[in-house]
Amino acid sequence: MANIKRSPWLLHYDGSSCNGCDIEVLACLTPVYDAERFGVMNTGDPMQADIFLITGGINTQNQSVVKQLYDQMPRPKVVVAVGVCACTGGVFKDCYNILGGADTTIPVDIYVPGCAARPQSIIDGIVQAVELFQKRSEEHDALVKSKKPA
Amino acid sequence: MNVFLGVLAYIVLAPIVGGLLQGMDRKISARMQRRVGPPLLQPFYDVIKLLKKQVITVSTSQTFFLLTYLALMILTGAMFYTGMDILMCFFVMSTSATFLYFASVVTSSPYATIGANRELIQMMTYEPAVLLACVGFYLAEGTFNVGEIVQTRFSNIIFLPGFFIAFVFILTIKMRKSPFDLSASHHMHQELVKGLTTEMGAQNLAIFQIAEWYETAFLIGVVGLYIVNANPVSIVAAVVVVLLVYFLEILIDNTSARMKWEKMLNITWLVTLFTAGVNLLVLMLVR
Repeated sequence: MANIKRSPWLLHYDGSSCNGCDIEVLACLTPVYDAERFGVMNTGDPMQADIFLITGGINTQNQSVVKQLYDQMPRPKVVVAVGVCACTGGVFKDCYNILGGADTTIPVDIYVPGCAARPQSIIDGIVQAVELFQKRSEEHDALVKSKKPA
Repeated sequence: MNVFLGVLAYIVLAPIVGGLLQGMDRKISARMQRRVGPPLLQPFYDVIKLLKKQVITVSTSQTFFLLTYLALMILTGAMFYTGMDILMCFFVMSTSATFLYFASVVTSSPYATIGANRELIQMMTYEPAVLLACVGFYLAEGTFNVGEIVQTRFSNIIFLPGFFIAFVFILTIKMRKSPFDLSASHHMHQELVKGLTTEMGAQNLAIFQIAEWYETAFLIGVVGLYIVNANPVSIVAAVVVVLLVYFLEILIDNTSARMKWEKMLNITWLVTLFTAGVNLLVLMLVR
């Protein structure tokens, strides 16, 4: 069984975030926290991504975008909602245009709370996502194997 | 038989060397930015993961084009390391680069198309220096044959310092490093997304990555060709020079921002003209 959790590539999408969480996400990649030591790479391309980091709540304008980004990512994939807005809608929850957290549109696996989420908790969320990614990958392998004619 | 073994050894060893060099690149880059950086074997982990992911292709012909790119790139290096015609090696390399262009434009994605068009401009930019390098070897040694060039009494860099500088200069373009990483940005969230490789996912990106390793293995071979002579000790010197050149590329990559293509074209052609061109004139006058 290949150890694919060594190479999680992230796709970071800013929903309707205030940019607080986005700055913290980018801070994870700076020399202080250096997420790349876990093999984490921040890619801007959904086709190459394994873990979808979403910040900010879902509104009527970005719902289709989030859905499309999720669909373009090849399996196995994991979704992490970063910050309280992506988890539940946060302070914007009752706004007329906000539909709620990321889970109103796509299935979310890991919730990272905080306003803004601290880099420590984001990295903790990513590490948990990586474990899940490995599990999903093994399930995916089994699925591919079972589909192949013997 | 010997040629067959050589080709086999090249096919097995080249991706290992290319991958390790890339791992070293990422590690050294991280240290230059005061980070810990990924493990040395990270490029291999990445490719294994990519091979295991679900395949989503925008266009089915992309896989064919990429496999042709890989096959021609392997052929380039195999021809070079078994001592065949260096001019032919570079022609095959240009052909393989054309297939990479096709693999990218066939998706008709705007980002991939911009990346592919820039790749063509890059080819136009580095091609004079590459052809002049071949001419330089011919003038110095009287042959295009790599097997005969390495039998020289004195290292070719003595006669061809200008050609060497020009070749190292275009190496930055070939390796897609800053300031010439126009066609495929290595960093996220830029105007290109991932440029040339935007629409390559899963195994297609893995094929691209492996082809890059073969390309690196070939290019460092050409750098080494300037140093190697009949004395076997010169191979050690060649390895040292190759590693130094690679370190220089990493340093340039980490200390410069991306240029516009006009500037890249101007600077590269000027450098080519003033180093390789002047060296060519001197060689022609002296000989």
